[in-house]
Amino acid sequence: MPEVRVVNLTKKFGEVTALDNVNLVVHDQEYFSLLGPSGCGKTTLLRLIAGLIEPDGGEIYIGDKRVDDVPPEDRDCGFVFQTFALFPHMNVWDNVLYGPRVKNFNLKQAETIGDEVLELVKLHERLDAYPGELSGGMMQRIAVARALAAGAKILLLDEPLGQLDAKVRNEIRYEIRKMAKDLNLTAIHVTHDQSEAMSISDRIAVMKKGKIVQVGTPQELYMSPNCLFVAHFIGESNFLEGIVTEIMANELEIELRGCFKVRAALNGAKKGNRVVLAVRPEIFTIERGTVEKENALVGKVEKITFEGTFVRYVIKLESQDSVVVIKPSMAEAWFEVGTKVTLSFAAEKTHVFPYPEAGLTEEISV
Amino acid sequence: MKRNAFQRSVVRVLNKLSSKKALKYAMYLSAVIVFFAFILLPPILGVIVKWTAIEQVFNQPVLMGRALSSIGNSFTIAILVSILDIVAGIPMAWLISRGKSKWLSVLDTLADIPFIVPTAALGYSLLLFWHEPMGISGLFGGSLVSTGWLLVLLLHFTFSYPVVVRVLVGALLDYKMEYERASRTLGAVPFVAFRTVTSPIIKPSLIAAFVLSFARSLSETGATFIVAGAFENGPVFLQNVRNDFANGIVPQATYEGATVFASVILIVLSCTIFALIRILGPRLKLPFKGIWPSTERRLSYSKAAFSRNTLTLLVFFAIVLAPALFVAVPAFQALFTPTLSDAVSSSGVWSGYWQSLLLSYGLGAIVTVLGFFIGLPMAILIARRKLGKSTSAVLDILVNIPLIVPSIALGVSLNFFWKGSFPFMPEMLVLIFAHLSITYPYFVRSMSAAFERVSVDVEEAARTLGAKPFSVFSSIVFPLTKYSILSGAIMVFTRSVSETGATVAVVSNLRTAPVVIVDWVRGTVPATSLEIGLGCGFLVLFSFLILFTLRMVTRGKGRY
Repeated sequence: MPEVRVVNLTKKFGEVTALDNVNLVVHDQEYFSLLGPSGCGKTTLLRLIAGLIEPDGGEIYIGDKRVDDVPPEDRDCGFVFQTFALFPHMNVWDNVLYGPRVKNFNLKQAETIGDEVLELVKLHERLDAYPGELSGGMMQRIAVARALAAGAKILLLDEPLGQLDAKVRNEIRYEIRKMAKDLNLTAIHVTHDQSEAMSISDRIAVMKKGKIVQVGTPQELYMSPNCLFVAHFIGESNFLEGIVTEIMANELEIELRGCFKVRAALNGAKKGNRVVLAVRPEIFTIERGTVEKENALVGKVEKITFEGTFVRYVIKLESQDSVVVIKPSMAEAWFEVGTKVTLSFAAEKTHVFPYPEAGLTEEISV
Repeated sequence: MKRNAFQRSVVRVLNKLSSKKALKYAMYLSAVIVFFAFILLPPILGVIVKWTAIEQVFNQPVLMGRALSSIGNSFTIAILVSILDIVAGIPMAWLISRGKSKWLSVLDTLADIPFIVPTAALGYSLLLFWHEPMGISGLFGGSLVSTGWLLVLLLHFTFSYPVVVRVLVGALLDYKMEYERASRTLGAVPFVAFRTVTSPIIKPSLIAAFVLSFARSLSETGATFIVAGAFENGPVFLQNVRNDFANGIVPQATYEGATVFASVILIVLSCTIFALIRILGPRLKLPFKGIWPSTERRLSYSKAAFSRNTLTLLVFFAIVLAPALFVAVPAFQALFTPTLSDAVSSSGVWSGYWQSLLLSYGLGAIVTVLGFFIGLPMAILIARRKLGKSTSAVLDILVNIPLIVPSIALGVSLNFFWKGSFPFMPEMLVLIFAHLSITYPYFVRSMSAAFERVSVDVEEAARTLGAKPFSVFSSIVFPLTKYSILSGAIMVFTRSVSETGATVAVVSNLRTAPVVIVDWVRGTVPATSLEIGLGCGFLVLFSFLILFTLRMVTRGKGRY
């Protein structure tokens, strides 16, 4: 099965640049996700790979073959649409056999393939049903089966779970991954749902405004975001603004608003630089009252939200900044609204980013 | 929008009235009664009134043979035209809806032009273009296309082609491109994707386009009469028999018998074919089995696509647009001759022209306004299934009948009914009833389609916010559908202004503009080609100006 490579790919729609000089390699048999907010260009990239739209610049390779000028029917890319696009005038069997038929496979061969893929998606008993008679989950499975039956070597999935309810979505996402892995396919999955991407992908490309901002495994993106946008988009982060006051051997000292002095991981910043400190909500320890210790922030509990597994606190710091803290709901006693608390964190678990020229709000906006 | 005290009290009264169930159902019931009393039953009763006259035809085998062969010609031409329209219309609609060139919006507008040329003027334009030496025939030193069946075929193709293209462009624009894209990613080349996925999905629109083209071809009278020569189709036969009666060549009994005979067969056959298409159409399977990889691949790309587009444009410009607009040549020439001053001073053949033009547009306006008021409750009835699902479905089918019945046959039956039952009824009133009958389906169809597009949820949301039924209609439904209502109004107006067949069938003294043009061309009233050209030119110009003004006034309004 082939790898997919795009080089300096650019696509414009009128004045709008949907993709701006994008470079990407999706490895053979990898389950890869394109993740980003609406309008970031992820679906455009997927459609360019499928050949459904033509690039304005750059190159697309499937395996060693350059395919920019190859029509979609000759790329062997199975495309699963968000709306599934099952042909409404054909039953399940005819939908699944459409690919083998238009590719002029002999009848027996086509039927064998149809049987195999329907077995795979466990929908053999609905052969005669029309798309309008199927549930969302079934339609989704048939859409995948149809793409596989056409002999796809690469599976391109455009928000394939977007139309399903939460429970079915959680079940099916693992099924799709398992199917792709069992068949040794290369799969590219477009989604705006970070938990979906994190749970099924080998690697993820995070996109923003037509560019890829970071590519990595789910753990890499969460643990080591390379920019404020990724720190904000993947998981949750508290952003605290400050100035670098000291550079030490392994750490920085930052003075935050409200004269809190904290230490954080080195990031190449120089003394006097304006920076943003990113701290994940689960990194904080929380203690009652004022506690003198390193990397401590003092404030009051402003709001408590019970979320089942976790309790979410909003703490108003003395600097008037608000931070979010998440704690396991069953693990410890809760704090009441108005309680004075001290938050602290380990320096090595934080991330420091230069303060963005366009401003923090603009930088993390989706 | 602020209302004054009077308007507020009127709205209050209307709101109060609209809340009364009995009154609401009385309105719907009256819509049904008006439909049956003025639209559907009069033509049927008209035929029944003169039923005994039909014996006259059975006693005259030659006349019967002539009637039957003319009806056969009508259906042959209609089927041929509808097939040609679909074959030529699909690539044009494809080009307009899928092409990437900015010039395609111009092509889209040009495709509508034959719409605004009233058919009588269109008939004369085609006659000049294909038949007269001043047209394309001049290049060949003789008449390229003689009057007769071929010219009738070309004429019907010209005026029905834009209808078919419009319907198919709409279908292709509404069509979810995802299906076609899915088909391509599964291995289908564009031609196969269209054949196996797109065309089966837009099949209802293909059938609708076929039916519209078929019905228009069967119905058209005025322009067909101009180009038919010795050839007779159903409407031309009816017109000829009427002329023979008017000239004292055939007695009244023969005229009535032949008319009833031909009208009944035309009406029954049209309804039967329409019913068959409705029943069998959805079951018709378009070819899927079998793939011809190399042939279909060749048909999908570069050279074949280029040839197809070139041929499509050639057909459009050479067979539709140029002949439709050719009447502009003599109209323009006439501007530099005394013909213009004769026209302005209403001398000679022009003496009745301006009145006829005024009558045409006045009639069009009256019919449009009346059509709105009698069509609106029926459209709501059908769209919102106010009298139950099955009753609404039956009404939906019944309102289409005037659309598929040849207009001259409808006019003849209406003439028998109104003039036979109410001899003192003014001719103008009969004319209004005839035009109402013909245009009624256009209004009801466009309005009911528009109402169906407005979600019931929106209306229910307004009701839960305290709006009474009248307020829901005036402040929610009407603003959301007014563009479609205005489009329906424009369609009714143009159809009424163009109508010739039903008009000649019901009038003895009144002359609308298309009837005057037909008289001039056929030599009933001798006129020169410059006079006819200028007469057609004025008709086209005023139609264009009125439609253009309406479009300007309504442009962009009501689109949500």
